[in-house]
Formats: sequence, C-alpha cells, structure tokens
Amino acid sequence: MRDRRGIIIGIVAIVVAAAVAPVLSAYPLTLLTQVAIVAVLAMSLDVLLGYTGLPSLGHAAYFGVAAYAVGILATDYQRGFLVCLLVGLVLATLTAAMFGLLAIRATGTYFLMITLALGMVVWGLAFRWVSMTKGDNGIAGVPRPDLGLPWNLGAPLPFFYFVLAAALLAWALLGLLVRSPFGLTLMGIRESESRMRALGYNVWLHKYLAFIISGAFAGFAGVFWAYYNGFVSPVDVQLVTSVETLLMVALGGPGTLAGPALGAALIVFLKNFVSVYTKRWLLILGAVYIGVILFAPRGVLGAFRRKP
Amino acid sequence: MSLEFWIVQTFNGLSYGALLFLLASGLSLIFGVMRVVNLAHGSYFLLGGYVALSVIWKTKSFPLALLCGSLAIALVGVGMERLFLRRLAGQTLGQVLMTVGFALIFQDLALLIWGGDPYSLPLPSWLQGVVTAGALRFPKYRIFIMALATVIGAVLWLALDRTRVGAMIRAAVDDAEMAQGVGIRVPTVSLGVFALGALLAALGGGIGGGFLGVYPGLDFEILPYAFVVVIVGGLGSLPGAMVGSLLVGLLDNFGKALFPELAYFTLFAPMALILALRPTGLFGRT
Repeated sequence: MRDRRGIIIGIVAIVVAAAVAPVLSAYPLTLLTQVAIVAVLAMSLDVLLGYTGLPSLGHAAYFGVAAYAVGILATDYQRGFLVCLLVGLVLATLTAAMFGLLAIRATGTYFLMITLALGMVVWGLAFRWVSMTKGDNGIAGVPRPDLGLPWNLGAPLPFFYFVLAAALLAWALLGLLVRSPFGLTLMGIRESESRMRALGYNVWLHKYLAFIISGAFAGFAGVFWAYYNGFVSPVDVQLVTSVETLLMVALGGPGTLAGPALGAALIVFLKNFVSVYTKRWLLILGAVYIGVILFAPRGVLGAFRRKP
Repeated sequence: MSLEFWIVQTFNGLSYGALLFLLASGLSLIFGVMRVVNLAHGSYFLLGGYVALSVIWKTKSFPLALLCGSLAIALVGVGMERLFLRRLAGQTLGQVLMTVGFALIFQDLALLIWGGDPYSLPLPSWLQGVVTAGALRFPKYRIFIMALATVIGAVLWLALDRTRVGAMIRAAVDDAEMAQGVGIRVPTVSLGVFALGALLAALGGGIGGGFLGVYPGLDFEILPYAFVVVIVGGLGSLPGAMVGSLLVGLLDNFGKALFPELAYFTLFAPMALILALRPTGLFGRT
C-alpha cells in the first residue's frame, strides 16, 4: 500500500518537474537538476540504512571517487561520457567492495565509526594527493558531456532532462532491487539477523552485496554530480556530505526510496533558499538536524506510516 | 634516512599521540558508558582551543586559559547530555544526527565569534624554546604535552581502577542495567563521564592550539583521528585509548614524513589490519 503511494508520489513529482521545466528560468532548473542527482545518492544510501539497517557514515566516499574519476578523465585526458561513466562506476564499486570487507564485519556503532574512518581516508587522499586531485583547489572546468545528440547538454534544460532520465533509471533499478527476493532478504536481515542466519541465509554475503550495490549507485550519482557542477573538490567527499545524505534519508523516511528522494529535495531547496538570505545557514542546518530527530524521528513519510 | 630522522619523527609522533590521547580517551569513555557516538567531540576540541585563546588574550595566563577552556566546554557537554542526548538512549542514528547538528552549530558559532583566521595559542616563556641533546633539538612544548598526558593518563587509570567512583564507571561500562540494579545511579555516572570527556577534549584543544593552531575546520579534521584511535584500541577501554593514541600518532607522523601526499591513507592499512584480526580493537571486548 505505502509502496504504491511512494511510487505514485514519485512519478507525479517527476512528471510535474519534467512538464514545468521548459518554463523555468536557469536557477530553479539548476536546483531541480541538483535534486535529481542528490536523490539518487540518498536512495543508494537507503539500500544500506533503510533496507539493510546499516548506518553508513562514509557514503560520500563512493560518490566522490566517481566524481573525481570523471573530473580527472574529462579534463586531463578528455575522455567522453561513456568512458567516464564506466570508470567512475567501476572505481566506486571497487572502493565499496574493498571498504565493505572491513566494515561488514562490524555492526551498529562500530559499523558507523569504521565507515566514517574509511570515508575520511578518501577525503585525505582528495585533500593531500595533490598531483592527482589538485588538493584543496579541486578540479575545475569539467565539461558537460557530448553524446552526439541533437541537444546541447551544456544548456540547462537538456541537461536537466538527461539527469532526470538517469535518476529515473536508478530509481527503477533500485525499486526492482528492493522488491526482489534479494531485497526482501535484506529487510529480513534488518529485522533479525540471527533469525535469517538460522533460516540458512548467508547474512554476510547479503550485507556485503548490499554494501557494494549501494556504493555503485552512489558512484552513479557522483558521475552526474561532476558533470553538473563542472567542479570536483574535497567538499564532495567530506564527512559533512556523508552526514547530509544520512539526514536526507532520515528526514524522508528510511526504507521507502521515495522518502529519501523527498528528503534530498527538501534539504537541497532549504540549503539554497536559506543561503540566499543569510550566511548562517550552517546554524540553521544544524537546527534542522536536531529538529528532525526530536520531532520526526521516523522521517516525513515515516510519520504517516503504520509501524510494521 | 638517518638515525636522527627516526628519533625526531618518533618524538613528534609520540607527542602528537599524547595530544590524541586527551581527545580520544574521553570519546572512548563516553562511548563505553553511554553507547553514544559523539560526532561533536571534535567540536569540543576546537571550542576548547578558541575559549583558551580568548582567555589568554585577556589574562595572559596560560594555565588559566586551559582551565577556563576545559571547564566551559565541560558545561556545554553537560547541557548537551542532559537536555538532548539522554532522551535518545539506544537510538544510534538519532544520536549521530543530533551530535552532527550540534557540530554544525558549534562550527558556525565559532566562525561567527572568532572569525575565519587561523590562530596560534601564545605560549608562556617557560614553554618556549628547545632542549638540546647532542645534535638533536626537542621543543619544550612537546615535552610538556607528553608529560601532561602521562600524568592525566595515570590519574585517569588510578581513578578508574582504584576508586569507588571508578568502580561505578566500570560497572556502568560493563552492564548499565545491572549497575542500575545494584543501586548505581547510571544517569549521574553518564553525565559525569560525558562532562569529563568534553573537558579532556577541550583541554586537548587548548594544548593543541600551541602547535596545531586553532582554525575553522579543525573540528572535523581531528575527529577521524579520535575515531581511528578508538577503533584500533577498542571502544570504552582506557588502555586501548592509550596504546591506540600512540600508535596513531606515530603512524600519522611517519606517514606524513615519508608519504606526504597520502595523509590519512597511512592510517588506513594498520586500521584495516587490526580490524581484520580483532574486529573489536586491541583491547575491546565482544
């Protein structure tokens, strides 16, 4: 029931966004593009947090690895979209596969701390490995992809549709994943690991695969982020980015896919609107964190949801 | 690589480890008693440094600056624990987001109050200069940090191991419910430990202000070190925090000296190794 509601809300939101996009000016269009990318990142984390019950604090790592791959390949080596996409995805997936081996052994708080430390390792590389990443200056001038299509993706509107299509694809794939027997097993692990183990499921392997898939989709978002921003810097892989993603999932309602996407939209709009009016947006964002936990601990969608 | 290089780098690593111990021991104790992952712990370090800075500008007194910084931040910790964190007992994700919220607020408030410029805590004359031993020169200040951390570590260890209050804390770490059952006021113990942890972190920030400096972003830069220390040493274990701090201090220092581009990354391999062999850390219990 709530599954269907989430899908309907999501489709309506996408159709409305696609329909009004042509009449929007560049700034709101840019924000919508940003929402679409960040929504994919939030949904990818939801596979871990909402469906498997693993709160990762290093999710920006996979996002950032892919973004850096695109940034470096598209500027220094002038590679096209497909190469960048592929390399970005592969590197993000490999990073997740490597980190997962360490993190999956741990549960609960330990998992949190280990993913945080692993995420900071990637941040440290981005910040200090200057010959590769240009350090704090970041990689500027990432050109928009040229797919040989009749539309110029350098313009805001075609690029928005391009990103929207990618986000839709990611949503559909993730939706199929969480409804598959594999996804149901993940939810079983979330509810009771010991019971799933007693039933004969390979809990470790399921968690590990969920970790890798989640990282791969975060990398997918990272590829588009690099193209969207035209700029990749350590900010994209820092702890605050990981935590912000966590907030989006918590705000929207973990375990719903549509919820984290909604959470992503709320946070992106909030950040941009607040920063127009005041420089003190971190204060306000901090207050939002605390407010969400105090007043909507199960998220916006979760607040309407009956307890399973 | 000369012998001199190894001696100097070992010395630097140990003194950085001593500073990390102040930060990480509090984090570890807080986790041990309350199972709270405090992401605002780096903020205590930063704010402790800033408050110490303001006090030393006004009074010119180094000890008073450290004292005021530590006590002020201990009060902040008490407020956070009493008013916010206590009601989230057992909710890991909620605690994380809550403490991050505070970390962001503290970061912005610090920027508002002290601005974006980096500062260095001015040292009293008796801590300036170096001690020479043959061709080697060791900054007095770093020796002071190691001595102070050793004293604090010893006091903490004695207090935890030999006193009634220490026994209550250890009981609360082992099994909070049972401790409550035999009449220990676990909420009071938690509050005390949280305040102590904040105090130690702020003291570390004040002391660190003398050689790391105090600047925006230090809070989130230092936090992962504390986490790695606690992961390596084992959550809730004081000996773990000691060994972990020294290990991380040394690794970080040699890593930065030998592979300057791979900072943090040099912490990764040993952390991975320890986690693979002992998932609960060197001194952690399952």
